[in-house]
Amino acid sequence: MSQSIPSQRQSTQYRSRLLQPETERSADTHPLTWRLRDDGEAVWLDEYLRKDGYQSVRKALNEGDPQAVIANMKEANVRGRGGAGFSAGLKWSLTLQGGDMPRGYLICNADEMEPGTFKDRLLMEQQPHLLIEGMILGAYANNSFYGYIFLRGEYVESARVLNRAIDEAREAGWLGPDINGSGFDFDIAVHTGAGRYICGEETALINSLEGKRANPRAKPPFPGQSGAWGKPSVVNNVETLCNVPAVILNGADWYQGLSGDRTKDGGTKLYGVSGPVEKPGLWELPMGTTGAEILERAGGMRDNRQLKAWLPGGASTGFLLPEHLDLPLDFDTVGKEGSRLGTGLLTVVPQEMSMVALMRNLEEFFARESCGWCTPCRDGLPWTVKLLQALEHGQGEEGDIELLDKLAADCGPGLTFCAHAPGAAMPLETALRHFRHEFEQGVGKPRGEAHEDPIPVGQV
Amino acid sequence: MAEPVSTSTLIGSDGFELHPADETAILEQLKHYEQPQAACIDALKIVQRRHGWVPDDAIPAIARVLGIGPGAVEGVATFYSLIFRQPVGRHVVLVCDSSSCFLTGFDELKQALVNELGVDYGGTTSDNRFTLLPVCCLGACDGAPALMIDNDTYGPVTPDDLPRLLEGYP
Amino acid sequence: MAIIHVDGQDYEVNGAQNLLQACLSLGLDIPYFCWHPAMGSVGACRQCAVRQYKDEDDDKGSLVMSCMAPAADQTRISIEDEEAKAFRASVVEWLMINHPHDCPVCEEGGHCHLQDMTVMTGHDRRRYRFRKRTRRNQELGPFIAHEMNRCITCYRCVRFYNDYAGGTDLGAFGAKDNVYFGRYAEGTLESPFAGNLTEVCPTGVFTDKSHSEQYTRKWDLQFAPSVCHQCSMGCNISPGERYGSIRRIENRYHGEVNGYFLCDRGRFGYGYVNRSDRPLLPEWRQQPDEEPTTLEVDTALARITDTLRHSQRVIGIGSPRASLESNHQLRELVGADNFSTGIEAREQACLALMDDLQRTTGLHTPTPRQIENHDAILVLGEDPVQSAGRLGLNMRQAALSRREAMGEKIGIPAWNAEALKTLGQDVYHPLHIAWPTATELDDVATRYPLAPEEIARLGFAVAHIIDPAAPVVDNLDPATRDTAQRIADDLMAAERPLVVSGGSLVSDSVLQAAGNIAQALARRARQGGLVLIRREANSTGLSLMGGQTLDWAMDELTEGRADAVVVLENDLYQRLPAQRVDQALARADIRVVLDHQRTATLARASFTLPAASFAEGDGTLVNLEGRAQRFFQVYEPGYLRPEARIHESWRWLHALAAGLRREDATDVNLDEITAACAEAHPALTGMVEAAPGAGYRIEGLRLAREPHRYSGRTAMRANLSVSEPRPPQDEDTPFAFSMEGYSGFDHPRQQVAFAWAPGWNSPQAWNKFTDEVGGHLSGGDPGIRLIHRQPGHRDYSLRIPAAATAENTLRALVLPSLFGGDETSARAEPIQQRMATPVVILCHIDAEALDVHHGDTLVLGDSPAMTVHEQDDWPTGWAGLPAGLLPGLAQGEALTLSKTTGGEP
Ligand SMILES: Cc1cc2nc3c(=O)[nH]c(=O)nc-3n(C[C@H](O)[C@H](O)[C@H](O)COP(=O)(O)O)c2cc1C
Ligand code: SF4
Ligand code: FES
Repeated sequence: MSQSIPSQRQSTQYRSRLLQPETERSADTHPLTWRLRDDGEAVWLDEYLRKDGYQSVRKALNEGDPQAVIANMKEANVRGRGGAGFSAGLKWSLTLQGGDMPRGYLICNADEMEPGTFKDRLLMEQQPHLLIEGMILGAYANNSFYGYIFLRGEYVESARVLNRAIDEAREAGWLGPDINGSGFDFDIAVHTGAGRYICGEETALINSLEGKRANPRAKPPFPGQSGAWGKPSVVNNVETLCNVPAVILNGADWYQGLSGDRTKDGGTKLYGVSGPVEKPGLWELPMGTTGAEILERAGGMRDNRQLKAWLPGGASTGFLLPEHLDLPLDFDTVGKEGSRLGTGLLTVVPQEMSMVALMRNLEEFFARESCGWCTPCRDGLPWTVKLLQALEHGQGEEGDIELLDKLAADCGPGLTFCAHAPGAAMPLETALRHFRHEFEQGVGKPRGEAHEDPIPVGQV
Repeated sequence: MAEPVSTSTLIGSDGFELHPADETAILEQLKHYEQPQAACIDALKIVQRRHGWVPDDAIPAIARVLGIGPGAVEGVATFYSLIFRQPVGRHVVLVCDSSSCFLTGFDELKQALVNELGVDYGGTTSDNRFTLLPVCCLGACDGAPALMIDNDTYGPVTPDDLPRLLEGYP
Repeated sequence: MAIIHVDGQDYEVNGAQNLLQACLSLGLDIPYFCWHPAMGSVGACRQCAVRQYKDEDDDKGSLVMSCMAPAADQTRISIEDEEAKAFRASVVEWLMINHPHDCPVCEEGGHCHLQDMTVMTGHDRRRYRFRKRTRRNQELGPFIAHEMNRCITCYRCVRFYNDYAGGTDLGAFGAKDNVYFGRYAEGTLESPFAGNLTEVCPTGVFTDKSHSEQYTRKWDLQFAPSVCHQCSMGCNISPGERYGSIRRIENRYHGEVNGYFLCDRGRFGYGYVNRSDRPLLPEWRQQPDEEPTTLEVDTALARITDTLRHSQRVIGIGSPRASLESNHQLRELVGADNFSTGIEAREQACLALMDDLQRTTGLHTPTPRQIENHDAILVLGEDPVQSAGRLGLNMRQAALSRREAMGEKIGIPAWNAEALKTLGQDVYHPLHIAWPTATELDDVATRYPLAPEEIARLGFAVAHIIDPAAPVVDNLDPATRDTAQRIADDLMAAERPLVVSGGSLVSDSVLQAAGNIAQALARRARQGGLVLIRREANSTGLSLMGGQTLDWAMDELTEGRADAVVVLENDLYQRLPAQRVDQALARADIRVVLDHQRTATLARASFTLPAASFAEGDGTLVNLEGRAQRFFQVYEPGYLRPEARIHESWRWLHALAAGLRREDATDVNLDEITAACAEAHPALTGMVEAAPGAGYRIEGLRLAREPHRYSGRTAMRANLSVSEPRPPQDEDTPFAFSMEGYSGFDHPRQQVAFAWAPGWNSPQAWNKFTDEVGGHLSGGDPGIRLIHRQPGHRDYSLRIPAAATAENTLRALVLPSLFGGDETSARAEPIQQRMATPVVILCHIDAEALDVHHGDTLVLGDSPAMTVHEQDDWPTGWAGLPAGLLPGLAQGEALTLSKTTGGEP
């Protein structure tokens, strides 16, 4: 559209940004972001090459030992940044290769739709070649012949940047046949989605990639055994893959050292905060940085509000309390507190926010985004929404809270087909645990009393 | 990689014809995948780009081009939230209703949108200019509350910003 | 074999199964929805949760879905675990949230898996107090009714329809708690197997429309074990009757023939039984064009015997759609020398050849179930779905089963359905089909659109490649040679190659070619198979019985060598040109016709005797495997319609024979007739064993035809009399016309009229009657094979047709057609609605020569107008016409088609 654009468009246009100036970032300490420019422009190939770009591909492919790449990754213990924290190296070591196994696919999970999460967007919009380089290494290690970046449809800018970068890389011989004279061939296509959070679940993602309904697949078999079109496939998050080049270039020890003695998980993490804080944003910080440090970087709560609770890594993680702010945010520590690190992007809840209303909002999201495959999620979550709506309107009945307890328990891990419903259960379970009194206030009726119809049905 | 399958059936065509350019674009997509079905979402988007939505008769037409069943195509078309199986206005306003926006003024923004446009979710303004829909977290949480109009993401957006923002989409 | 521990007990199970299947096979009840024995597990519904423990020391364990867990050795589970039970109760509660609870008006009620599972889990209080979601339904054509509000989203319908049966128009639409299963647009479901949705759907979303119009609860239907009469597959069916009409056909589980599924011709084609124009009484007509007068039985028998006795020679014309018993009795009546099978000469020659090939090529004939294990198939000159319905479904499974082999390599068990589907997308076991036009299997097959002679030549060429000792085909064009090589390579590479051919093209050379391939393969692959498709329900049986051809019978009459004819359940006008039949019948002074349908032949009868259809009579049929199967009478027509005088043809014919001998027609029973038939025909000796005789009892009891809850029995005849008469006695079979008698599952038995077990009212109750779920009936699968491979020698056939030369004539290529291609089901209303509009398929050259285009109309003589369908690769010189469109048209007949001018077809 070339018409004169009202200024409002410019001023409110959203731009992904990192709240750390160039001066603060270096190759030694900020493997994910040190190349980013303060002006927020994408780092294109020339600049990327100037800043050590594709060095690790050169190195790994020259050495000619894919297994060494895997070993390196395993040793560095790069844990998946998509939310589950599974060791990427271990995952890669389980990919079927050799014998009469066909070469498979390397799939980058760029579906980023977890509420409260906005980190992959930054990497893709501003540093596409880092992702491409990570993917080449992943493909090399897993004997993948083709890669897809499964990008959510709304990330229009990411698609533009990635496609241009892929063209650049292909032009320069970093993609395509015989990469850098190594005999290894690999190429990448950007596949854009058409909505639906569940596409981020790795097996649902593969179904979606195949042009099907994004219902998850049963595991086993895992994608590494039978993934896209039944070929061995590896699915990794954008941030996970962006960690690979530095690990290969600098080694596992260096990577482990990045987090100092904060945690046994190595490396850095893109942490962030959203919600009513002064400066919501993103930072690359050592793994194991505490919530308090991150919140401080965000300038604390907006308008001097009180922090009531926070989600450590997206809507599908459990609520933590202010008292948890001093814990190192790594996978295991957060796990022990009845929550999960998830994506590591904090969502803060101010004191005056009703937990019932917030839970209603979260469950509306999960119910709406259920793929509809398995019963607890498909039919159980809408019931939680209705119960929460009733409680929110003071229309709750005695027994509703117990029913919510049971619904949360019945949507737990292992009981549903994929981790979507457990993701809905965890915040609900923790909210009911920590803030039960708020829910109790919504019970206005004895059990089984006739109701005026309709109870507000909402959008679910 | 994948080849479209040619089917010879006794069933005749049902009238709807894909625009030749769209058909070409769809066939182009097939190159990226092992199987033609994979181009299904792309195909729906291509048709949607032309018509604003995916008309009923486009379903069997896409099925024919891809050599897959119309049931599968409709299954995909109705699964994904960004494929519209009903007509929409010239511009689609996707307002993020997920947690970070919810915590930072979604309710007011949504209400302002409803007031401004005179329609609720799923509605299209009488001048066929805007359709209002909810969307999951736009990944713009540090700019919450956020919304998207066509291909443009905005955030943070206050109710006051709206009138002039919408002006940009005639 | 594996040992599993369930709630503290040890059991031996089949370790290749999942825990759900293994437990159900043990008789343990676990509720389930999305799993289906024929379709495997997907883990969607979460209903089958049990607690699984890691080992002996694990006392915590965790809940798992039993359908998704292997029944591996030393697995420890608890079904009774309280938490597992509570979770299962939650699942049903969720499923019922939006369910309309409309059981009283729902057609599934009383045989509903959802009802059964709801009771099993103990869910009986509704806690959900919010609004239900409601849906609109679709109009899905004449067979299937749609009520989406009842859906519990188990995904079975689409998995059956698309994944199992290859349909493409049904789908799952939407997401979250708003998944809609329907057609992409309103309209008739295209799959010829759509009817199975009524049994696959665990609730009342997809129900049988033919049943709706005359609805009866399952517990008020009277059933008998029956065999479908609509083609040569011999699928086992369970017809349900109420008030003297058949209300629905359900699948009757048979582990080797039809499993859980039927085709739509078999399921919905029964309407001819209920036609109001059926002959109910003997009729007599002095002049051919006179209105008939009805006769009492004795009068009729006396008059017929009287006139027959005065005839010089009586010809008996049998029927491949009638039982062996009836045909045998006809033969007894007229004498072997005067008996015709009622089958046209060329078809009969093909049938004899097929029997012979089945014995002599050295390949064995697999059961339909075994077909699914074959890893390469060549179909020579057949369209299996059109000519043998259900068989096509078996062949599809064979093609798909390549996935299982692939899965085995990387450890995916055969029941993990979606995983196998993912792994084996678009890879199939080779399925080659030589057939001129599109088939239902094309999506998993390679098809060669050839003319009949070319199909034969291709077959001979394949045989020669496999075994150079087989004759070589001269002047083979390079394309065909390549094709032959590809096919031969696939067959030779397979462990279990299968050759499928049959009588559809009525071509000796096609069959000989198939025989040569089979013979060539027999020398290499020990597990190869040969399947030969016959046309009608008892074509194989009649062929084994033998007799003169129909042409012979016509000649005998036309040429005055006989002056009387008795026609058994056969419309001769369907088989030979009308003129020829007219001529022959005109010469016969006496024309006795026994039938249950008012056919063109019956209209020419001087005497008609009202014959029983499969629903009112017993008898034996032989299917395409050579399996003799007994079908049993479902109801006694005279009970509710005392005026009716319907009897099995064999009973009529027995009475006539007695009359001729001036004996009193003493009563005769089925066992006697069957035994006599078996004795008279060495090839049929085994038929006695097809089912137990009338004296069979379980725990001293007869077998019940009616379920326990059968209601209103005492009032059924209230319009006739208020006193309840004794139910009719069945002297012919071990079944009782009542609910009295054995109907359980503890005692293994083959003949199960209806499947019911406590708590299991739906078709899933069959699982109680099988040795293992999805296996065989615990008393053995019914029927007995009569055709066996014989040791010995067959010489390769040398009857290779010459390459086609350009001719000016257009010949008829009659294409078997599932809907309309069968004489009796074509008289059923819903089938008529599914019959294709009359078409004639032509290639462009021939269309041009006739100066017609796609969509124009042509006629043959005074035939109805046929729409021209131009097909790119259709063979030149042939006009494709669906069977049943032009009765009496011979395969290969030269045609003179003429263009109609204007007007609607
Ligand atoms: C409902 C659901 C949504 C998910 N969405 C995403 C996503 O948007 N991006 C992502 O990287 N991982 C997502 N995941 C996690 C993926 O399933 C998977 O674990 C991840 O892509 C693996 O990559 P990693 O090991 O590099 O983290 C999601 C998981 C679930 C259950
Ligand atoms: S938990 Fe079940 S319904 Fe929910 S998204 Fe996963 S598979 Fe789909
Ligand atoms: S039967 Fe096991 S999950 Fe449905």
